Amino acid sequence: MKDQEHQNGKSGFNRRDFLRGSGAAAAATALATAPQLAFAQAADDKKVVRDQTTITLNVNGGDHKVIVEPRTTLLEAIRYQLKLTGAKPVSPDGVAGAATVLVDGKAMNADTLLALECAGKKVRTVESLGGEKPDAVPAAFVHNDAQQCGFCTPGFVVAVRAFLNAHPQATEAEIRHGLNGNICRCGTYANVIQAAMEVVKGGSK
Amino acid sequence: MADMNWPKQGTAAVLGATPDRIDGIAKATGAAKYTYDITPDKMLLARALGCPHGHCQITAIDVSPALQVPGVVAARALKNVGAQVNWEGDLVAVVVGETEGAVAEGLKEIKFAFNPLDVWVDDSDLAGAEKAGRTQGAGDNTKLDNKDIKKPEEQDAEFKRLLDECKKDGAVVEGEYGIHVITHMCLEPHGSTCEWEGDKLTAHLSTQNVSGTAGQFATPLQIAATDVTVHCDYVGGGFGSKFGADSWGVVCAQLAKETGRPVKLMLDRDLELKNAGTRPSGFIQVKIGANKEGVVQVWDSKHWGTSGIQGGPVTQGVIPYVFDPPNRRRKSIGINTNAAGARAWRAPNHPQACAITQVAYDDIARALGIDSYDVFLRNLPTVTNNKAEVYKAEMEIAAKLMDWRKKWHPHGKGPAKGSVVTGLGMAIHTWGGAPHSSTCTVKIHPDGAVETFLGSQDLGTGTRTVIAMVVAETLGLPVDAISVNIGSSKYPTSGSSGGSTTVGGVSESNRRGATDALNLLLAKVAPKLDAQPEDLEAVKGRIQVKGNTAKGLSWKEACGLLGMTPIEVQGNFQRGVTQTNLSSNGVAGVQMAEVAVDRETGVVKMLKFVAVQDMGLIINRKLAASQIYGAVIMGIAAALYEERIMDPTTGKFLNAELADYKLPRLGDTGQIVVELYEPESEYNRGVVGLGEPPVIAPPAAIANAVCNALGVRVGTLPMTPKRVLDAIAKAK
Repeated sequence: MKDQEHQNGKSGFNRRDFLRGSGAAAAATALATAPQLAFAQAADDKKVVRDQTTITLNVNGGDHKVIVEPRTTLLEAIRYQLKLTGAKPVSPDGVAGAATVLVDGKAMNADTLLALECAGKKVRTVESLGGEKPDAVPAAFVHNDAQQCGFCTPGFVVAVRAFLNAHPQATEAEIRHGLNGNICRCGTYANVIQAAMEVVKGGSK
Repeated sequence: MADMNWPKQGTAAVLGATPDRIDGIAKATGAAKYTYDITPDKMLLARALGCPHGHCQITAIDVSPALQVPGVVAARALKNVGAQVNWEGDLVAVVVGETEGAVAEGLKEIKFAFNPLDVWVDDSDLAGAEKAGRTQGAGDNTKLDNKDIKKPEEQDAEFKRLLDECKKDGAVVEGEYGIHVITHMCLEPHGSTCEWEGDKLTAHLSTQNVSGTAGQFATPLQIAATDVTVHCDYVGGGFGSKFGADSWGVVCAQLAKETGRPVKLMLDRDLELKNAGTRPSGFIQVKIGANKEGVVQVWDSKHWGTSGIQGGPVTQGVIPYVFDPPNRRRKSIGINTNAAGARAWRAPNHPQACAITQVAYDDIARALGIDSYDVFLRNLPTVTNNKAEVYKAEMEIAAKLMDWRKKWHPHGKGPAKGSVVTGLGMAIHTWGGAPHSSTCTVKIHPDGAVETFLGSQDLGTGTRTVIAMVVAETLGLPVDAISVNIGSSKYPTSGSSGGSTTVGGVSESNRRGATDALNLLLAKVAPKLDAQPEDLEAVKGRIQVKGNTAKGLSWKEACGLLGMTPIEVQGNFQRGVTQTNLSSNGVAGVQMAEVAVDRETGVVKMLKFVAVQDMGLIINRKLAASQIYGAVIMGIAAALYEERIMDPTTGKFLNAELADYKLPRLGDTGQIVVELYEPESEYNRGVVGLGEPPVIAPPAAIANAVCNALGVRVGTLPMTPKRVLDAIAKAK
C-alpha cells in the first residue's frame, strides 16, 4: 500500500496536505464534514506571525506587563506569566467555560480571547473574588458544597458572579436557563443552583 | 482509655454533621493549585502528537523539522519506523517549547507517514466482529434449579421448557439492550509537571494514587523509588482513570532531565479522550421469563462489548444485575477494537450491567401490565447480596419521595400533553466499598496544635474534611483545629482512591492514630487530675474526668504537659488483616426517575430523580449528599447524552472535543432528591464507601422511565432524540 503523507506545509495548515495526509477514506469523511473543510480552507496560506511584543494587561485592578505573540491567548498570559491559575484550560474551544473571566464586566472565555485584544480592557479573574473576605458567590459555593474535584469551579464561580450581577433577583428557573455555559463532570449542578439561589436571597450568613 | 469504637449513634460531636469542606474556599477562588497549575520558574511546555489513523504501521517519523521552529527546545519520537499503532491518538511524538504557540507549530512540522491496516471499531455489531476475526474471550456460566441437568443439549431443552412454562402462565420477553462506550472526561487531563534537583525527581502528577506512583516513574527512569516524590494537592477528576504515572508521565520526566528545566506535559482534550480512559460498552440479547406475579424464573442471555484493544466485555458475574433468578445462563464475548484500552470507570462493570439487565425486568412489568415497583419488590428475594430488607425499606422511602403510587400509570398508558408523555422508572444497585489500607502519622504538639500526614488524595470526595472530622471527633476538638496533610508520596502510605475505599481507609487510620495519640496524652494528664487515664475523656476542647467538667484541663493546658516533645503516633489499617468495628463492606441503593418525552422530537427531559442510599456510618452528611447528586448527574449523562462515536473506516474518534461530546448542562438535570439512609443498623456497621454506588442505577432507571412514558423500549443508551424516534417508528 502506498505511503500516506501526513506532513503539513511550511506555511502552516495546508488543505491539500490535510486531505492527502488523512488518507483517501478519511478525506471522504473530511469532505462530508463541512466545518473541517471550512477550517482547512480558512487556514490555507495563513502565516504564523511570531514576533513578540510587550503589552500591559489590567488584571484584578493592577497593570501587568506581559510578553505576548499575536497567537498568545489571554489564558496563557494570565496562567503562565501572571501565575493566576484559577481559570483552567479544559477545552481549547471554550465550551467548558472553565476559563471564564470578566472582561469589562462581561463573562468571557480566556481560552478563546487573544491577549492582545484584552489590552486596554479591565480583566477580572476568580482570584479577585477571594482573599480575606471572599465574595458572596464563592462563599455560597462552599456553603452549598457546589464543588467536588473543583477544577471547573473557578470558571463556574465567575459565571455565576457575572450572571447574578446582571440578574440580582434571578429565580431558580432563570438560573437553570442562564448558566449553561459551564461543564462540571463531577455533577455539581444541583449544588450550584442552590448556591446561586442563596446569593440571591442574601448570602449564607 | 479512649475507646477506639465510634460513638453510639446520636452521641457524636462532629461525625454526621455538615461542616463545609475545609479546602472549599481555596478551590472556589482559584487558590488551590492543581497539577496543571504548577508553574515552576523556567518551565517548558510539552505537547504530544497523536497518530491520525486507527491502525497502521509507521513508515516515517522525523521530529527534526520541529526543532527548526523558534521557541521549540526539544522534540522526540515516541515510536520507531515499523512500529504498529493500534488506535487513533496513540502518542507518537512530543515537542517541548517555550510557549503553547511554538509547541503547536512544532507539532505541525513533524514528518509522520504510515501504511494503514485494517480497522475495526464497531462494538455493537457482533456478527461483523466475528466475521472480521475480532472476537475473543468467549465464556458462559449456567445455573439451573434442577442441578441434575448437566449436558449442554439437555440444558438447552430445559431453558426452552422453562421459558415455555412462563409463556403459558406468565410472560416471556426477548429483548436487545445496549449502552455505548463513554469516556472519563476528567476536566483536568492526565499529565504532570516534572522537575529534577540533581538526580531526584519531583513529579507533580494529576493522580488518584499518590502513594502508589513513585515506583512507576522510578523503574523506567532507572532510579530508585526513594529518589522520586509524587506530589498532588488537588486532582481535577479521576473517576478511575488516574492510577498510573502513564507513559507520557515518564516521558515528561525524561524531557525535564534532557532540557535541564521543569517540563509540563498535559494531554490535549482530544488526546485525553483517545488515550486516558474509557468505559467498556455492553450489548445484550436476553430471553427472560417470569411467572404471572412478575417473579423472574429464567434468564438466558448473550452479551458482548469492547474494552478497546484489550477486547474484554462487561464481566459475566454481574449479569443479570443484583438479581439472580433460579435458572440463569449467561454467555459473554469480547470484541477487540482499535481503541485505547479501557480504564476502571466509577463502579467498573456495574452501570452497564444494570443498564442492560434491569431494563429486561422492567419489560416483564410492561408485558404483564404490572406496576414496575411491584416487579422489583417481588424479585427482591433473589438479590445476590442478602440486602432484600434494605432494598425494601429504601424502596418505600423512594416511592414516598417520588409519589410513585399516585403518579404511576401502566407503560404507554399515561395522559399526553400534546406530544409530551411522562413516565416513571426505577433500578437498584449494589457495591462493596470496603476501606483500602491506610497508614497515617498523627502529631499532637505541646502548644496544642494537631496535624496528620498521609499519602492520600482528594478526588473531590472531601478527603481532607473527612480526615479532619475523624481526628476532631476523636480528640474532642473543633474541625478547624486539625491540620491535614495529604498529597505527597513522602507521607505515610495510604491506598489509591478507587472502588469507594478512601473515606473508609482514611477514617480507619486516623481514628486509630488519633485514639492512640490521645491515650498517650491522657497518661500524661491523669496524675495531674489525680485520676486514672481510663477515667478521662476528651470533649469540647477539654481533657476531663468523664462527665465532670469541673475536674479537667483545657486542651492547651493538657498538651503543655508534654514538655518539648510532641506526641507522634502511627495509625495503621491493613485491609483484610486488621480486625475492625470501624468499617464494613457492601451497600444497596434504590433510585427512581421521572421523565417527560416528546414523541415528535424524541427529546427526553429529566423531571425528577430520587436517590436513596445507605453507606453505613456517615461522616459528613453534606459531602455524602454531594457525592450522590454528582453521581446521579453523571448517570443522566450516560443515559441521555454521552457516547464515543468512531469512524468505521479510519478508526477516528469523531467527537473527541467537548463541543461534540455531549454532556448535560446545569439546566438539563431536573429536580434531584437525595435521601441518606442511616438507621441504627446501618450506622453500627461503621463506614462503607459511597463513591461508586449511586452512579450505577441512573441509566437503567431513566431508560425504564422513558419506556414507561412511551410504552416503547428504547433499547440502546444514550437515548438520543434519534434513538427515541427510531424506537417509536419501529414499534409502529
